[in-house]
Amino acid sequence: MSSLSSARLGRSIALHLFLTPLALVWLFPLWMMVVFSTMPDNGIFSPGIELLPHGNFIDNFNNLQRDTNFVGAIGISVSVAVTYTILSVLLTSMAGWALARYQFFGKGVVVAIILGTITLPYAVVLIPQFIMVARDFKLANTWVALIVPPLFNSLGVLFMRQSFSMMPDDLFDAARVEGVKEWRIFLFVALPLARPMLAALAIILFLASWNNYLWPLLINSQPGSMTAPVALGTLIGLTKVSWGGIMAGAVMLTVPMLVVFVLLQRHFIAGIAAGAVK
Amino acid sequence: MRNRNATAYRFLTPYLLIFAIFWVWPIISSFMISFQATRTVPWRFAPGFNWGRLIGDPAFFNALKNTLLILVIQVPVMISLALVMAVLLNSPLLKARGLYRFAFFAPVVVGEVAYSAVFRLMFNLDFGIINKLLNSVGLPKIDWFSNVTPAMALIMIAVTWRWAGYNAIILLAGMQSIPEDVYEAATLDRVSKFKQFFYITLPLLKPVIVFCLVLSIIGTMQLFTEPFLITERGGPGGGTETLGLLLYRQGFRSLNFGYASAVAYTMAGLAIAITLAQLWLTREPK
Repeated sequence: MSSLSSARLGRSIALHLFLTPLALVWLFPLWMMVVFSTMPDNGIFSPGIELLPHGNFIDNFNNLQRDTNFVGAIGISVSVAVTYTILSVLLTSMAGWALARYQFFGKGVVVAIILGTITLPYAVVLIPQFIMVARDFKLANTWVALIVPPLFNSLGVLFMRQSFSMMPDDLFDAARVEGVKEWRIFLFVALPLARPMLAALAIILFLASWNNYLWPLLINSQPGSMTAPVALGTLIGLTKVSWGGIMAGAVMLTVPMLVVFVLLQRHFIAGIAAGAVK
Repeated sequence: MRNRNATAYRFLTPYLLIFAIFWVWPIISSFMISFQATRTVPWRFAPGFNWGRLIGDPAFFNALKNTLLILVIQVPVMISLALVMAVLLNSPLLKARGLYRFAFFAPVVVGEVAYSAVFRLMFNLDFGIINKLLNSVGLPKIDWFSNVTPAMALIMIAVTWRWAGYNAIILLAGMQSIPEDVYEAATLDRVSKFKQFFYITLPLLKPVIVFCLVLSIIGTMQLFTEPFLITERGGPGGGTETLGLLLYRQGFRSLNFGYASAVAYTMAGLAIAITLAQLWLTREPK
């Protein structure tokens, strides 16, 4: 028995010896992001090796704000992400509910199309979307342009369909016997029961909107209408720019999400893992 | 489950409406645009105009070559790494599991712009921490941005850092849905952990691995932000130019929507071909 447990101990040590350096390498870019954001520009571009934070974050942030209106861009990003998340959760859970709980004409086709779009590159719709929103609807540089086109998502609907179809029938049938309307059953019985799944979905959707880059870059290119990632992106590659400031912006985009990730890890992981469990 | 056409479609309408306007119509539309000359006003129908140019365009083949090169190297490396992470994070011997999970999963929440900026600084020739560390252990500095091979490696490193944990989450969930008693039976039969991985975990995990592969291929196929921001518009000299970048340049810099649509449909064709090949290769034996 003792030889068995010493073998276990050996395996356990080997496991940690392998995994710890890998974990440190993985954390390194995030750590350096924080370190850079607290260093003055002449410190970032100096020959010494600096691995610990300094005290220059506020100055860097002021430099960033001088280079671009980052606070305004953060405001746009937050408002857009919140609105998008609410609308998208509603839309995808309604569609998921219909696919999970009703038999209807054309259901197979709808499901097949949703599955098909998972493997279709977004590039295929990008150009006509842009022409339509910018030229035909004249909505470039508005919130609507940032919020509405990305509302279609396929993995979210499949996730909600899965969540609703696991609920027992009797629950809803009891309400139906009493003559409760279907939309009330959805709103007041099904949605409250699906709260953990809705939380997972909402986190993933918020993150997707918060970090979205290509579409906002194309459609909202006016300085006053840019989202925070786009505003930050315009600085990367400029010659006269504060890199400490860029890093302060990167930290402001990243750290709130890391905090959310730590606090709501369970929901986060459930949302991402949803792809794996059909 | 009941048959209610009207009720079901009332719930589906908003979603399907968005889908029709912003996906179905654009899919058809970009196909049609790819057969039009779009730099004249008004656009005119010219079936061979863009596609003819595409098959003779060295810039297209350069972008295609780079994209495929990243695809065949980066995706398998990342998925293998994600598998290793998932297996080890799943080990009952692991202490402080939460810390390790945080380390590998944290990049999932980091935006493309933020991490592109960090990687640009970290890999800077003279002042980047990576070259300083290489120097400090006696290795020569690497010029990550002006030579093609290191620049491509940098793009692959960055994408792998960002997405390995994401795939590990999916694979870990797949592993945890494998019933415990399969492993218990194998352990009783004195099958080593190593063999258990190859004869139990891998075969049962195959559908999940395929799912990760397909998602990663579609994602890498459209790679845009990293070569746009890290290696500065596909540099050096087009060395990291991807199909996504070519599409951006043609569509939104030169406003050549017809040619850009032809590039987009090439990407779609590739994605579909690779997905079908993958599903066929990993099909369940009848």
